[in-house]
Amino acid sequence: MKVKIKTQGNQITRVEGHGSLVLRFSGGKPSVVRWDITESPRFFEFMLKGRPWHDAHVLASRICGICSVSHQFASLAATEEAFGIHVSEQSILLRKLLYAGEIIESHMLHVYMLAIPDFFDAGSVFPLMETAKDVVMTGLRLKKLGNDIKELIGGRAIHPQTPMVGGFGRLPGKQTLLSLKNLLNEAIPDLLTTVELFRGLSISQFRRDTEYISLTHPDEYALIRGLLYSTETGSAKLDEYADIAIEYIVPHSTAKFARHVRESYAVGALSRININRKKLNPMAVQTADELGIGTICSNPFVNTMAQIVETVHEVEEAQDIVKKLLENGIAEEKLTVEPRAGRGIGAVEAPRGLLIHDYIYDSNGRIVSANCVIPTNQNHANIQYDLEELVRINSDKNEDDLRKLCEMLIRSYDPCISCSTH
Amino acid sequence: MKPKVAVFDFTCCEGCELQILNCEEELADLLSALDFVEFREAMTEKADYYDIAFIDGACSRKSEMARLKDIRKRARMVIPIGACACMGGVNCLKNYYPMDEVLRSEYGEKAEYYETIPARHVSAVIPVDFFIPGCPIVKKDFIRVVQEILAGRIPYQYNDPVCAECKVAGNVCVFEKGMTCLGPITRGGCEATCITGGAVCWGCRGFIDKPNIIAEKLILEQAGLSVEEISKRFNLFNACKDRI
Repeated sequence: MKVKIKTQGNQITRVEGHGSLVLRFSGGKPSVVRWDITESPRFFEFMLKGRPWHDAHVLASRICGICSVSHQFASLAATEEAFGIHVSEQSILLRKLLYAGEIIESHMLHVYMLAIPDFFDAGSVFPLMETAKDVVMTGLRLKKLGNDIKELIGGRAIHPQTPMVGGFGRLPGKQTLLSLKNLLNEAIPDLLTTVELFRGLSISQFRRDTEYISLTHPDEYALIRGLLYSTETGSAKLDEYADIAIEYIVPHSTAKFARHVRESYAVGALSRININRKKLNPMAVQTADELGIGTICSNPFVNTMAQIVETVHEVEEAQDIVKKLLENGIAEEKLTVEPRAGRGIGAVEAPRGLLIHDYIYDSNGRIVSANCVIPTNQNHANIQYDLEELVRINSDKNEDDLRKLCEMLIRSYDPCISCSTH
Repeated sequence: MKPKVAVFDFTCCEGCELQILNCEEELADLLSALDFVEFREAMTEKADYYDIAFIDGACSRKSEMARLKDIRKRARMVIPIGACACMGGVNCLKNYYPMDEVLRSEYGEKAEYYETIPARHVSAVIPVDFFIPGCPIVKKDFIRVVQEILAGRIPYQYNDPVCAECKVAGNVCVFEKGMTCLGPITRGGCEATCITGGAVCWGCRGFIDKPNIIAEKLILEQAGLSVEEISKRFNLFNACKDRI
């Protein structure tokens, strides 16, 4: 059953959260295209105010069901910086491992459940269980790998419980690491199948030059730490974030929009690869080559492919980490936290891009003020300008085709709208 | 004929509906038993009638109240899933403050563009037929409830506290470790997963039917918590209970 989407006010499907594509025609030509965010605001920054330090990451996690680990890590990093807490090398490795679970799960959810129906002309992944079962099962196995990592290291797939200020409340045992090692090895054939499948799919050749922003780190493909980097202005310290992510309010959106030196900029998997391609693991570099992602790619539709590259990168990364942890063994750590007054800024690369939590604490360890900069907020304006350009160059298309193309563009950003309307 | 199932999202993180998509191994079986007819996060199609409508999220705008009432009219069963839908969840932390102050905190002088009302759970707006608690819901619990409905039974609702399952899990009591916990009064069914994970119980599944609140407050006080700290312990997920 295929239901025709109405022109106005209808929410775009197969994305996280509520946004509508407003596309109006006059005289047979598109006259208005607008990206409206209708999500109900939740006021997390307001709710964080006054909370004790040990609840901050627990509450912050609830900003997002898909990227709860990202919110926890940004929150923990902010609290740890404010209190001057040093996080051990072992905890950093375990955080990177848990993060691999989040990136893999989130990317595979988007690639195989939200985006893929567009390529098979289906309304959802459900009918594909019958018509393209092998494809769906490959995706489900990879998605499950991400969830398995999160459950084994984090305690559960959504809102994990083991991450704490300073480290972990529970450490994985040797058996857990050994079973993870097997799960990761078993995933390689599915990754190769995925690359092969997507190499054969044709995507729009649309291009629009824009600014890309992500974290960057001298020694690693920056995901859970690093400095800010813009393709326009180079690197910047974390405390300069407010001059880079300049947020503003538009009346048709409950989420804020953002810009830097241009009218808009992009964050996310494609941004990260554009900026940090050299730091990708070997098989991921090969995947990027095979999927045709060069040094700077300005086609937003390629973001879905970039997510596949990062999934490959994170499986390789997780394999390395598990190997290291098995060699070094896991040591028990005692977590001591002494709250003090101060400010901390935590920045991570959530699956959808740069995420910042900025807290000010009082001397009792209670949050005085909180600010969260969300990836999808930073993409909203870029989506709007992309849509305008896409409609301009495709104005000869009929309404249904144009709408479908616009929806595919929005979907390729994998927007997380609940998050953006935190 | 397979029952027609819809999943709707309101004010929330959408994590509970993602738990349905996280049933990777069970998805084929779920699809053979259920006919998903509307599920915005996962599918484009829409429908007019549902045998079961699962609701994710709290209600925090007038338009959402109208939408809930509309869903109720068209659904044979309505089942809220997750802390936000069942209790209002963390969204209710804002209910302690005037709504214009809340709006101004986020949107400043542009606050007038936007609307918010004190957050409330689904059953504060429409009658519901059952509820699946948790932040997030437990996958196993979702599948069990579906199975029981398909078998024509009223699903079983856990009413033992998390403490009971925590003992079965073999955990050291968090009070022994110098931390505090809402396990003694919180509805079980989660296998005490947070305590097993090295954390504490924050009460995300709501309280059991007859919680001994006075005794819980007493043990928190004995553990050294101030009145304010006790109130913050209680209200992270359960602020709605005493406000609406």
